[in-house]
Amino acid sequence: MNRYADPVAVRELVHPDRIHRDVYLDPAIFELEMKHLWRNAWVYVGHDSQAPRPGDFYSAQIGREPVIMLRGNDSKVRVLPNRCSHKGTKLVSARQGKCQGGLLRCPYHGWIYRLDGTLRSVPLKGGYDEAAQAEALHGLGELNSYNYRGFVFVRLAADGIGFQEFFGDSLSSIDNMVDRSPEGRLEIAGAPLRYMHDCNWKMYVENLNDAMHPMVAHESSAGTAKRLWDSSAAAAAVGAPKPMVIEQFTPFVNDYEFFEKMGVKVYPNGHSYTGVNFSIHSRYSTVGEYERRMFAAYGEERAKAILAEARHNTVYYPSLTIKGAIQTIRVARPLAVDKTVIESWTFRLAGAPDEMLARTATYSRLINAPTSMVGHDDLHCYRAIQEGLSSASSDWVSLHRNYSAAEADSIAGTYGATNEAPMRGQYRAWVDLMTRSGGAATAQSVST
Amino acid sequence: MTSAIEFVYHEARLIDEKRFDEWYELFTDDALYWMPLARDQPAGEAHTSLFYEDKLLLKVRIERLRHPNAFSQQQPSYCQHVMQQPTLVESGAQECVLRTPFLYVEAQLDQQIVLAGVAIHHLQNHAQGWKIKMKKIELLNREAALPSIQLLL
Repeated sequence: MNRYADPVAVRELVHPDRIHRDVYLDPAIFELEMKHLWRNAWVYVGHDSQAPRPGDFYSAQIGREPVIMLRGNDSKVRVLPNRCSHKGTKLVSARQGKCQGGLLRCPYHGWIYRLDGTLRSVPLKGGYDEAAQAEALHGLGELNSYNYRGFVFVRLAADGIGFQEFFGDSLSSIDNMVDRSPEGRLEIAGAPLRYMHDCNWKMYVENLNDAMHPMVAHESSAGTAKRLWDSSAAAAAVGAPKPMVIEQFTPFVNDYEFFEKMGVKVYPNGHSYTGVNFSIHSRYSTVGEYERRMFAAYGEERAKAILAEARHNTVYYPSLTIKGAIQTIRVARPLAVDKTVIESWTFRLAGAPDEMLARTATYSRLINAPTSMVGHDDLHCYRAIQEGLSSASSDWVSLHRNYSAAEADSIAGTYGATNEAPMRGQYRAWVDLMTRSGGAATAQSVST
Repeated sequence: MTSAIEFVYHEARLIDEKRFDEWYELFTDDALYWMPLARDQPAGEAHTSLFYEDKLLLKVRIERLRHPNAFSQQQPSYCQHVMQQPTLVESGAQECVLRTPFLYVEAQLDQQIVLAGVAIHHLQNHAQGWKIKMKKIELLNREAALPSIQLLL
């Protein structure tokens, strides 16, 4: 018996200013997250540029469920269960590819589906009498998906919150990322960096709006880069341009005041972004040709407004985190209570010069790769939490920083970025998604 | 002068023995240490890589490994290369290219990872002997979700 089967017990894990360690440690909670949270939320699947033509597919796992993102003959991108209606065989096993002959054919018994998921044919159909045909011969069933400016999300639960209501104004971060293309369009640029994290997925997601850790955790990498550059002969030369890697590394060791003042904006449903006023990406050197193309596309005033918005990390709870200012995204794919894959994708700004893609690719490698010095220390800390919390010295994890009782009504608002409000907002959403109807075992709510 | 083949063995040994300052000196000033992410990935930065390091970045990496607050190395990692004999793919008096299939083991307390790959060394003949113009590492399982790789292949 899962002691957390009762939603009351789940609610008791989250207090306004602290959370119970079981949210990270207990496999029973992870099972409930798979069953409820990852089905009730709008979860990022992929970008529609990964399936550019009819019949192109990209496959992913959402929570526990294998899905196919597929472009149909009508050019619409749909999300379908990757599971044959017959015996349950996964229909595609490649991460990405093209359906042969414009149809999905099961590799086991040859059941054939159209690109919209409807069943086209089964071999020796006569083996099914009329009643069996009605019951067993059916299509895949299209899942609830939403394509927002190329970013495709799915809500596995049949009923629940709408896409726009779930994300609300937080979608402005995706808008800014897309608007940074002179053509208003993004394209995935190649393969993802895939980094195995042996920690709970929530540690990663929380860290994205944690402005109190960079100067501590990244002192050894970013601090060393800064020190080596500052003391180098190249830096001493008058007007010496900073190498791109130095430009990208050094802001990680800015002081507390910098990180506090960049600001954080918290939305309902667990979403938030740091870098309301400025961010570690604000002072990258200008690429002249890019700026010219942006001015030509949008007019100078609008282009400058787009480029001045240099948000740090936006969290689209629970699965997607983006850096619009540098055109990378990181996607959390939980596998077990202490195992999570973080995928980092880089994007090309359609119509922008190649230097912009080089900047993006460099950032992803320096910060997000399994070989990244910055990533090593982040993951080290997440693992240290995963192991440290096994200590029974306390059942609670503190989220008290800048807590105010005024949050009881709504946590939405703008704060100094060292505030732990984004994490508190995530756990409000966590309780809601774990206990709301739709994917939930019970919709009974108990106010706390 | 050391043969190019002996040089490649020596280079791996310096990594395995963590003699990183000596290892750093094996590279030319304009050297590239590169581990592509995609298959058939062209050189350049139009696609992200696992490593794409010039000497400045290699220096940062080496210095960071000895930093007292390199938390992920508080419990140190150790590594060992197990190599097939390097093959001369292109040979000349001034420049040569070698291909070396290898296994790489990285250990940290109870954790151990094993990676397989092929190293391609582009060497140049300098007054002090061979130097590395480019070391390219083609990782076998580059599509996999990889754990932290903390030392150097």
